[in-house]
Amino acid sequence: MSDLPDADEFIKIDHSTPSTGWMDTPAKIRPGMYCYASNYRSVEALGLPNARRWNPLDDDWQIPDNWQQIFLEGLQERLDKFRSLKIFMDICVRCGACADKCHYFIGTGDPKNMPVLRAELLRSVYRNDFTTAGKIFGKLAGARPLTLEVLKEIWYYLFQCSMCRRCSVFCPYGIDTAEITLLGRELMNLLGLNIDWIATPIANCYQTGNHLGIQPHAFKDMLDFFVEDIEEITGVNCEPQYNKKGADILFLTPSGDVFADPGTYTAMGYLILFQFLKEKYGLDVTWSTYASEGGNFGFFTSHEVMKRLNAKMYAEAKRLGVKWILGGECGHMWRVIHQYMDTMNGPADFMEVPVNPVTGTVFENASSTKLVHIAEFTADLIKNNKLDLDPSRNDNLSVTFHDSCNPSRGMGMLDEPRYVIQNVCNNFYDMPPSTIRENTFCCGSGAGLNAGEDMELRMAGGLPRANAVKHVHEKHGVNMLACICAVDRAALPDLMDYWVPGVDVIGLHELVGNAIVLPGEQERTMDLRMEPLPGMEDEADE
Amino acid sequence: MGLKAILQQKKKAIVKDWIDLVIDTYPGDSSKFMKSKGDRFANPVGSTISQGLDALFDGLLNGDSREKMMDMLDPVVRIRAVQDFAPSQAVFFIIYLKKLIREKLKKETKKDKIADELAELEFKIDELSLLGFDVYMGCKETLFSIKANQEKTKIYKAFKRAGLVTEVEEIGPEPGELNI
Repeated sequence: MSDLPDADEFIKIDHSTPSTGWMDTPAKIRPGMYCYASNYRSVEALGLPNARRWNPLDDDWQIPDNWQQIFLEGLQERLDKFRSLKIFMDICVRCGACADKCHYFIGTGDPKNMPVLRAELLRSVYRNDFTTAGKIFGKLAGARPLTLEVLKEIWYYLFQCSMCRRCSVFCPYGIDTAEITLLGRELMNLLGLNIDWIATPIANCYQTGNHLGIQPHAFKDMLDFFVEDIEEITGVNCEPQYNKKGADILFLTPSGDVFADPGTYTAMGYLILFQFLKEKYGLDVTWSTYASEGGNFGFFTSHEVMKRLNAKMYAEAKRLGVKWILGGECGHMWRVIHQYMDTMNGPADFMEVPVNPVTGTVFENASSTKLVHIAEFTADLIKNNKLDLDPSRNDNLSVTFHDSCNPSRGMGMLDEPRYVIQNVCNNFYDMPPSTIRENTFCCGSGAGLNAGEDMELRMAGGLPRANAVKHVHEKHGVNMLACICAVDRAALPDLMDYWVPGVDVIGLHELVGNAIVLPGEQERTMDLRMEPLPGMEDEADE
Repeated sequence: MGLKAILQQKKKAIVKDWIDLVIDTYPGDSSKFMKSKGDRFANPVGSTISQGLDALFDGLLNGDSREKMMDMLDPVVRIRAVQDFAPSQAVFFIIYLKKLIREKLKKETKKDKIADELAELEFKIDELSLLGFDVYMGCKETLFSIKANQEKTKIYKAFKRAGLVTEVEEIGPEPGELNI
């Protein structure tokens, strides 16, 4: 027996920690974990540096010879410009409070996904070139020079952060890792190192008005389809207004609601709500086929691109002369509005402080940006008893709610969506407290990572969220995961397919659209997906 | 004492080693975290592995059905199928249980009495490891089909937007009217 090889030799499981420390263990870029490189045409269209074909798996990333100088000068510029970055680089005491709070760390088990270590990848370069201790003591002071391997490692892990900010909830110093990621990605963009799932949508948005590059007539065509479907379901024509000058309110939503299931049903919900309010209270809302994107992937690229894309929404509001803007169900759109808009393009003084014309409620929280979240708007309508609702139409659904990171942690939108859900459906079960509200777990696909090629990353990163959904699925029979974010609606169906089959995904206003009783509507037998309503299985077949 | 009784007696020690074996395949800092916390929501990987292996061990001793064993294997293998492991590394732990059992039963294995039973159990573990392979492939196939469906939908929608898709008409000529 003894002369036979040991079984361990075949499987080669390494049970030991690498002999080298993290600094000297280079990252191995693994397919399934990264997104494809930016298309050079998109980079060119935006006028960003170093447009060319490149592949993260190649040794040569075709960056300029003086890339170190560009990177370090870029870092210097940002340290001077953003005091927050300087503080985040200096203040971390590596207490580890954030370490196990990141969904990518929890799901992948890769220590470089601990927020502290992910930031340390950049911080070590900062120490090396910008601090006296680092310059003198080098590695002893946690410093290391910026080599090509280090650059690649920083790139790899910056694009394994969805900027969800769960880690900063637990940081005693309030270090915002999302800010570090945003600025780190800015530095990468100086060298032309973006991913295509971000670069092409922003180029499309910049040129055509939305991430998908849909032209105005096609945008209207899609809404026309929804109008036809709603008429078939309800018997009521919900034709919206487009580009109407002098309308009271401009409605903006992520283009995903118009072009990607199940967001399309959410868009139908908006149309039904607006029709109801028009008939009953004369609400004057217009859609825009030009500012046809509420989302802003510029936020995942740089402050400058974010500002450019944000500006077009306000330019359209100005052109149309509306009083204020109502915003649809989106995630990062709200983070941009809430956290950055005022100092980028605001205050939007050419509009009025938003007042709900139906209830008279003044949205003082939006007095500067003039942009109101639709969950807040609808919650206000329900609170003031202005909607006719039949929640039993959602009785076939047992619903839980995923707090999208940006509206929840980014702007404190925690109770409004729950209040709406509990008024439009009868079966609602929250997930465990440590996984919702400000502690919510990310969908695993935010900040531009919702591509197809990084599916392993998305599934591993989404595990903590899916794990909590699985709990309420098994305990309460939950079969529907509601959310208020277009990226969630695109990402969560895949996540559920993998981890919790039997749970589908729905936007808040699809639930609202099902429940609203429109003036003059026919007896409904189908929901907005044209599936039979509970108790109407026979009628819907006919 | 028969093999089952011995294994039940030593279960705690064997399962602990089994869990450590799997968790130690993660880098040091990560395995420390996975071992430290019991909360299934804060630490889904660690708790899924602990609960899964504990249940699998009982299942083996109780002679649970193939379906039940696959259900217990699924959560553990499903996690490892999306992490940084080769297929063999993802499911190696099943077959390694044989090694752990022999280590813990050094004295007992010298007695002939349980030799036959042990051989039978080891064959069952071999079978379980083949089931692990089925589960692993199932997970990968789900991943591939999610990717493939995404591409298919993308292309279909692009065609539809470009007006290149014609829906089949609901009311066509009756088959009898066709002059074939």
